[in-house]
Amino acid sequence: MAEAPVSDLGLSPELADAVVGTWAEDTETAYVIAPDRILDVLTHLRDAQGYDFLSNLTCVDYQGYGGKLRGDVSERLEIVYNLYSTRRGGGSVALHVRVPADDTVPTATSVYPGANLQEREVYDLYGIKFDGHPNLRRILLWDGFHGHPMRKDWHEAYYEEDAKPFRSRHPKGDYEFHEDKLPWAKNTTYPAGWDPDSWQEAVAYVPVSQAPQHENKPHLDTESIVVNLGPHHPSTHGVFRMLTRVEGETILALEPEMGYLHRNHEKIGERNTWLMNMPFTDRLDYLNSMSNNWAYALAVEKLADIEVPERAEYLRVIMAEFTRIVNHAWSIGFILNDLGALQTPALYAIEEREMILDLFEAVSGARMMCNYMRFGGVVRDLPEGWHEQAAYLANERLPRALDELDRLLTENEILRARGRGVGYLAVEDLIALSVSGPMIRAGGLAYDIRKAEPYGIYDRFDFDIPTLPNSDIFDRYYIRLLEAKESVRILQQALRDMPEGEILGGRGGYTLRAPEGEVYGRLEAPKGELGFYLASDGKTQPWRYHIRSPSYINLNALGPMSVGYKVADAIVILGAIDIVLGEVDR
Amino acid sequence: MFGTGLLKGLGVTLKHALDTFEDDRESVPDRYRGSLELGNNRRVIQQPIDQEGLLTIQYPEEKRLLPERFRYIPMLIWDSEKQEDRCTACGICAKVCPPQCIWIVRDSDENGKPMTRCSDFYIDAAVCMSCSFCVEFCPFDAIKMNHDYELAVYDRYPQLVYDMAELTVPLEYYAALWPTQYEEEQARRKEEEEQKRKQEEEKAAKAAARAAAKSAAAAEESAGAAPRRSAAELQALAKERAAQRQAQAADGGGSDDDAAAAKRARMEELKRRAQERARARKAESGE
Ligand code: SF4
Ligand code: SF4
Repeated sequence: MAEAPVSDLGLSPELADAVVGTWAEDTETAYVIAPDRILDVLTHLRDAQGYDFLSNLTCVDYQGYGGKLRGDVSERLEIVYNLYSTRRGGGSVALHVRVPADDTVPTATSVYPGANLQEREVYDLYGIKFDGHPNLRRILLWDGFHGHPMRKDWHEAYYEEDAKPFRSRHPKGDYEFHEDKLPWAKNTTYPAGWDPDSWQEAVAYVPVSQAPQHENKPHLDTESIVVNLGPHHPSTHGVFRMLTRVEGETILALEPEMGYLHRNHEKIGERNTWLMNMPFTDRLDYLNSMSNNWAYALAVEKLADIEVPERAEYLRVIMAEFTRIVNHAWSIGFILNDLGALQTPALYAIEEREMILDLFEAVSGARMMCNYMRFGGVVRDLPEGWHEQAAYLANERLPRALDELDRLLTENEILRARGRGVGYLAVEDLIALSVSGPMIRAGGLAYDIRKAEPYGIYDRFDFDIPTLPNSDIFDRYYIRLLEAKESVRILQQALRDMPEGEILGGRGGYTLRAPEGEVYGRLEAPKGELGFYLASDGKTQPWRYHIRSPSYINLNALGPMSVGYKVADAIVILGAIDIVLGEVDR
Repeated sequence: MFGTGLLKGLGVTLKHALDTFEDDRESVPDRYRGSLELGNNRRVIQQPIDQEGLLTIQYPEEKRLLPERFRYIPMLIWDSEKQEDRCTACGICAKVCPPQCIWIVRDSDENGKPMTRCSDFYIDAAVCMSCSFCVEFCPFDAIKMNHDYELAVYDRYPQLVYDMAELTVPLEYYAALWPTQYEEEQARRKEEEEQKRKQEEEKAAKAAARAAAKSAAAAEESAGAAPRRSAAELQALAKERAAQRQAQAADGGGSDDDAAAAKRARMEELKRRAQERARARKAESGE
């Protein structure tokens, strides 16, 4: 454990004593910061060092941790910040703040407004309060939920054991339902002093500082009312609710409300062995299981130092780019749906998706829940005839289909009239709100992890990062089409150059014990930056398994983007963020 | 000019419509190319990658041809060559199963000693996430993925908790669903068996050589002493033994037949139980 030089951060002498400990993982240096100085350090890093993007903010409960103490600080909970620079690219700087349980930490929202949703999640799942947060309410769970479920001493209703495999299954496994052993009556406890009968849901909005000011005042002096859009509505793309305050048709404030699909994926992940989590990642963004698999494999490979054979690298790129096309075709179709062009563009857009899913099924056994990658490669080689079919798609069918979609939509005057200038937010604000993926590229910033911090073998391919200048609905539609075309280019090269050989490196099986440490691995998923934050104490289960999901964090921008526009616009503004609730709620 | 973009787009939809119309007027529309006719409008369709026209399939009359690797719910293999369940109740699949939906009861003999077979085997199909880890890690090729995806029933319990009888299928069924993998597997298993046999033979040969050496040494040793039995006596003894062995072999053959019959009966019983279950399930779910 080498001491990392504090000067790496360029801290002034006054700030240097804010760092109370450091340690160096194999990959990146990590700093432990005194809780009361964190804002100073964050401000310094943002302003003087160019770390303008708060990518990941999460928490780890170190109660009962088997590994060694790091940075000589022993408080129970640790908040982790991963910062990146979108201008410079490159790796992250990781800050850690350790506090006792139920303590208070100053909120980072004043420096990075994008900390909003992530801090609410930490508050909800770990119980840390963020001093000065504009809207510190539970987010994934409801107010009547007792306890903070990600803490290590919290047990779920059907709790069996801390870690799988559960002993009851073999050799005397007699099938039983745990529900039967635990009637609901005994399972409903409320927080102290909380009364279900008198409870009313709070109606609270984050003050919107980033939203542009719209001049046109309503003609009539009307009273504003609260309208719930969702949670059961096709236009919310799943069980998702927009709590809006409207005056006439104009939105005055909008707050995303979520958690209807919450299953505490991360708690399940900490009971699972490392490999067991792989099929679970399929269920996050269920349109793109291939890139979810890859992101998780990437993080574990970084932590456990596992090599990936050449052919597997190519296979991963091929699957990931096919997935990107699937996702973008889907999202284009549904942006149009939300605009009122019901079904025709959507159905045209997903014709080729069917063909790609057929290919996924042929190689992995499932169309959507692919579970295709493993630590150190992929699990099955291509079946006979697959390569020719894929090459036909990449070289002929997909370019033709994307051009056709282009002809069908891009010059359409109605689409332009409805999309131009709607949902505008300056790209600086998007970055400050931790938004990633096609949205910031539609605002003119060429930030794509495949180029900024290349993973896998992306540095070998010749492709561009398309950007568009206007940061509105139309550009968010069009950027996806352009990106899909770039994916086709990558596919053509990858299919041409793929070598024969091994597909799975040696030691990533189900008995994997990842070495002690922590890691943050990320990649450019179709929806934005998908990251996995993992901590290990050398056991067969991850100590911490956190997903930085682009769908969830991009929702930071929903309120600011919608204010001042009409209700009908809010629907398509949400559509153009491109969320999947499996990933939002986890 | 305002409207040209719109017209251009409408041109695309028109082309789609015409293409589909034309394709549907052909004697064999593109989507039926290479499909299997089952009569009564029922088809198994294999959509070619360069298919044009309408892509929609009229399920349930028309179904897609599933690729070999399609995975749904696992099945247990009854080895019809050896007439036995392949599963040895080692429990590995239950351990690697991510949602822990496999429950195995290991069988034991009358003295309570655990045996290498299971007395029951449950999979909760409502929980199974079709990941196929159980298949990947089973060391005995005893569990494979079934292609049967039409499992809808009215109640989860007990209809979706499959027991061993419902899960078990004969080897031929698996071979038909997974031809490529089955071939590879058979080749591998044969090779392994061959190797095992060779090793055993070698071992036996060595043991025999050792025994021969030993008896030779013993014979040398005892050569000095007076022979306890005359040569005639020894010959008679050898004859007697040979006769005994023969009788035993005949007997053994008989009991082999018995065992095979028992196994066949068990197979029939399994099949019957599976059918009964299926019927009961249908009845319970009100069909
Ligand atoms: S199916 Fe395979 S892994 Fe599972 S208990 Fe039987 S032999 Fe072991
Ligand atoms: S397919 Fe996966 S979830 Fe289903 S029984 Fe096998 S291991 Fe368990």
